[in-house]
Amino acid sequence: MELLLAILIGILFTAAVYLILSRSLLKVILGTSLLSHGAHLLILTMGGLGGSAPPVLIDGVTDFADPLPQALILTAIVISFGVTAVILVMAYRMYSVHKTDNMNELRGNDEHD
Amino acid sequence: MQFKMFCAILTITSTYRLLGFYTLKNMDGRRILLEFVLLIFLPFVFAILVPFAYKYIKGIHTGWFVLLVPLVLFGYYLSFIPLTMDGGHAISEIKWIPTLGIAFTSYIDGLSLLFTLLITGIGSLVVLYSIFYMDKKKENLGSFYVYLLLFMTAMLGVVQSDNTMTLYLFWELTSISSFLLIGYWYTRDKSRFGALKSMMITVFGGLMMLGGFILLSIMGDTFSIRELIAQAPELVNHPYFTLALILILLGAFTKSAQFPFYIWLPDAMEAPTPVSAYLHSATMVKAGIYLVARFTPIFGTSSTWIWLVTGIGLLTLFWGSFFAVKQTDLKAILAFSTVSQLGLIMSLLGAGAISYHTTEAMFAFATYAAIFHLINHATFKGGLFMIAGIIDHETGTRDIRKLGGLMSIMPLSFTVALIGSLSMAGLPPFNGFLSKEMFLESMVALQHFELFQFDTWGILFPIVAWVASVFTFTYSLYFVLKTFLGQGKVDQLPKRPHEAPIGMLVAPVILASLVIIIFFIPNVLGKWVIKPAVMAVQPTLYGSPADINIHVSAWHGFDSVGLWLTVAIVIIGSLLYLTIPKWQPLYKIQPAKLSLNEGYDALMRGSEKGMNRLSRAFMTGLIRTYLLYMFAFLSVTVIAVLFIKDAFVVDMNSFAAITLYGALNAVILLLSIGFVVFAKSRLAAIIALGGVGYSVALFFVIFKAPDLALTQLVIETVSVALFLLAFKHLPALNEHGETKKNKVVNLIISLSVGVMVTLVALSSHSQKLIPSISQYYKDTVATEAGGGNIVNVILVDYRGFDTLFEIAVLAIAGIAVLGMIRLRVSRKETTDENK
Repeated sequence: MELLLAILIGILFTAAVYLILSRSLLKVILGTSLLSHGAHLLILTMGGLGGSAPPVLIDGVTDFADPLPQALILTAIVISFGVTAVILVMAYRMYSVHKTDNMNELRGNDEHD
Repeated sequence: MQFKMFCAILTITSTYRLLGFYTLKNMDGRRILLEFVLLIFLPFVFAILVPFAYKYIKGIHTGWFVLLVPLVLFGYYLSFIPLTMDGGHAISEIKWIPTLGIAFTSYIDGLSLLFTLLITGIGSLVVLYSIFYMDKKKENLGSFYVYLLLFMTAMLGVVQSDNTMTLYLFWELTSISSFLLIGYWYTRDKSRFGALKSMMITVFGGLMMLGGFILLSIMGDTFSIRELIAQAPELVNHPYFTLALILILLGAFTKSAQFPFYIWLPDAMEAPTPVSAYLHSATMVKAGIYLVARFTPIFGTSSTWIWLVTGIGLLTLFWGSFFAVKQTDLKAILAFSTVSQLGLIMSLLGAGAISYHTTEAMFAFATYAAIFHLINHATFKGGLFMIAGIIDHETGTRDIRKLGGLMSIMPLSFTVALIGSLSMAGLPPFNGFLSKEMFLESMVALQHFELFQFDTWGILFPIVAWVASVFTFTYSLYFVLKTFLGQGKVDQLPKRPHEAPIGMLVAPVILASLVIIIFFIPNVLGKWVIKPAVMAVQPTLYGSPADINIHVSAWHGFDSVGLWLTVAIVIIGSLLYLTIPKWQPLYKIQPAKLSLNEGYDALMRGSEKGMNRLSRAFMTGLIRTYLLYMFAFLSVTVIAVLFIKDAFVVDMNSFAAITLYGALNAVILLLSIGFVVFAKSRLAAIIALGGVGYSVALFFVIFKAPDLALTQLVIETVSVALFLLAFKHLPALNEHGETKKNKVVNLIISLSVGVMVTLVALSSHSQKLIPSISQYYKDTVATEAGGGNIVNVILVDYRGFDTLFEIAVLAIAGIAVLGMIRLRVSRKETTDENK
C-alpha cells in the first residue's frame, strides 16, 4: 500500500509543480492546493499505513493507527486552508487592480531597477 | 616673560605626571611603563575635541591645538631610546576580547620605536606646515584635523601592535583615514577617483593580509607576533607557510605601492599637500615596509621571501624611477620617486634576509642600509613635498612645463629643494649619499651569494639597481632644475610668485637641516635608532645592538665599488638629463592601452558590466524562472544525495497490503488529478480539485483517520465554495501563449520533483531508525489526559500549543481577507491603472 501511495504522491507533486510553473494565475493556485494534498498524504504514508483500528480507545483493541501524524496533518489542513483563502482573495484583488492573470505580465516595475 | 616660561614648563611636566607615566622596573631590571598602550589612542581622543575647537575658537588656527599631540608624543617616545639601545623592549597590554586572545598590545622595540618617532616627528612638522598651508577661512579645518589625528592613531597602532588582529584593525583604519584625506576636496572628481582607487587597492591587500594572519594563527595557535617569532623554526615546515607568506606580502606590497600595485599612489596626489607629505611619502606607505621588516624573523629564512621581496623591490625601483622623468606634475614626479625609493628599501630588506643563510657581513649591512634609507627618505621626501606644496601655493600651478626661473624669487625654497633633490639623487654631503652607497654595495654583493640560484641571476641585481639609480639622479635634477632654473615665465603664472611665508618654510627647513646633519653624524643615529631596529628585524643573529659591527663613513677610499658607481651615475645621469628631449619619445613605445592604470580601469568597468550582465541574465523578474531554479535545485540535490550516500532503500516487507478500496480510490484520485491538469474550463478544474480533496478524505477513511476525514470533507467543501466565489471574478483559464518548449521544460522539472518525493517517501518509510513516540500517547491517553480519542487529546492536551497558533493563523487569515476586500488605497490604485 505504501508503494502505491508513494507513487500517487509523486504524481500529485508532479501535477502540482507543473501547474505552479504555468502562466495562468488560476493554475498556480490550483497547483498549490494539489501540493498541500500531496504533502498531507506524504506525512501519513511516512508514518506507516498499518494499524487496523482508528486511534480511539476501545476495550480490547491494541493495533491502532499512529495518532501523531494524524494530529500533525489536522493542523496542516487547517493552516493550508487559511493560506488558500488568503491567496484566493489576493488573486481576486490583484486581478481587479491589474486586469491580468498572466504571470509573465506580473513582473514588477522596471522603474524601480 | 620669565614667569610665562616657568608656567609653561610647569604645565608640561604636570601633564606628564597626570597622564600616568610612572615608571617601575621588573625583575630583569628593565623599565616598564604602565599602560602606555593608551597613548596610541591619544590622537583619537583628541580628534573628538577638534570640531569643538574649530567651531568655538575662531581666532586661532585649529592646527595649533592639534600640534600639541604629536609634539607631546614625540617627546614622550624619545624617552624609550635608552631602553631600546640596550636591546630592551617595553610592553603594555589592554585586553579587548580575552576569550579569543585579542588584545591591544603595545610592544616597543627598536623597530617600533623608529617608526613611532617618524610618525610623531614628521607628524609634528606636517601639522606645523599645514597651519600655514590650509587656509583658516576657506577650508573645513575641523574635518581635516580629525582625519589626520585618526590617521595618527591608526599608524601608531600599526607599528606598535603585537597582536595581529589589532594590527589588522589599525591597518584598515589607515586605509580609511587615507581615503578620507585623499578625498578631502570631495567636490573634485579627481579627488574622489583617487580616494576610491587607493581604497580599493589597499583594502584588497589588507584583506589578503588578514588571511595571512589567520593562517599564521592557525599554524602557531597565537595572535601574538612575538610568540609567532619564537616558533619560527617550526612554522617553516607547515603546509600553510608559503600561502601565509604570499598573502602577507600582498598586504605589504599594496600598502607600500610596490609593482604592480603602485598605481594608486600617483592618483592619491589629489590630497592636500601636507597629507601627501605625511601619508604618501613618510608614514603610511612605509607601513608595508614595516610589515616586511616585522615578519622577516618568521619568513626571512624562506627563499620565496628573499626572491619576492628583493625582486619586486628592484622592479619597483626601476619602474618608478624610469617613469618619474615622464611626469609633468611636480607631485606626480615625487609620487613616482616615492614608489621607486620604497622599492629600494624593500629590495634591501629582501637582501638583508639572506644573512640567515650566510655569515657574510654584507647582508646584515643590507638591513642596516634599508632602515637608514627609510629615515633618510622620510627627511628629504617630506621636505620636497612641502616645497612642491609651497610652489603650488605661491604660483598657482604644479605643472613643470609652466614653471621655471623661480630661483631668484624663492631662494629659500630653492635651497631646501636643492638639498632634498641632491640627497635623493645620492650626492654628498647629504644623507641620501650614504644610504645609496650602502645600497649599491649590497646589490653588488648579492651576485656572489651562492644559494637559491643567486649566482646565475644575481648579476642582474646590481645592473638594475645601477640603471635605476641613474634615472633617480636624472629625475632629481629634472625636478629641481626645471622648476627653479631656466627662463622664468613668471608673467604667465596664475599668481604673482613670491617667497613663501616664513612659517610655511619652518618645517621643510628643519627637514633639510636633518638631511645634512645625518650626513655628518650617521653613526650617532646608527647607535641610537638604527642598530636597535636592525636587531628587531633579525633578533636571532645578535645578542644586543652593540654586536652589530657596522660603522658608516662617507669615505671608503678609492678602491670602494660604491664610489665609482656613484661617479658613473653622476656622469651618465647628467648626460641623460641634458638629452631629455631626445630620448623622451621612448615613453611613447608603451601604448596607452597597455598601461597598468588602463588595466585597473578595465577591471573596474569590466567587473561592473559583467556583474550587471550576469544578474540581468538570471534575474528575469519572472516568477516561473525563480521557481524553476528552486525546483530544479531541490530535486537534483536531493536525488543526488540519495544516490551518493546510498540512502535509497526499499523494504517491501514493511509495506501494508494493498486493499481493494485503496486501489479503487487511487484510480479516482488519479482521474481527478488528470482532470485538474488538463481541464479546459475553470469550473471543470474546480470540480476536479474537489474530487481530489474528497478522494484524499476517502484515503483518510481507509487509513483509519476519522478526524482527518471529517475535517478534510468539511474544509474541501468550504474550499470549493471559496474557489467558486473567487473564480467568478477571475478570467477563464488561459494559456497566455505558452510555448511547447516551455511546457516540456516544466514537465521535466515537475517530473523530477515527483520522482524525488516518491523516492524520499519510500526510503524514509523503509528505514525507521527509532520506534515511534506514539506508544507513549496510546498508553497514557486515558490515565494522564482522561480522554479516549488520541488524536484529539494530542491536539488539545499533549501538543496544545500547535493548536493555539493554528487558531492564530486562521484569525490572521480572516483579518487579511477582510482587509484586502475592505481597504482600498484608492489613489494609488488609480495611478497604477493609468500606468
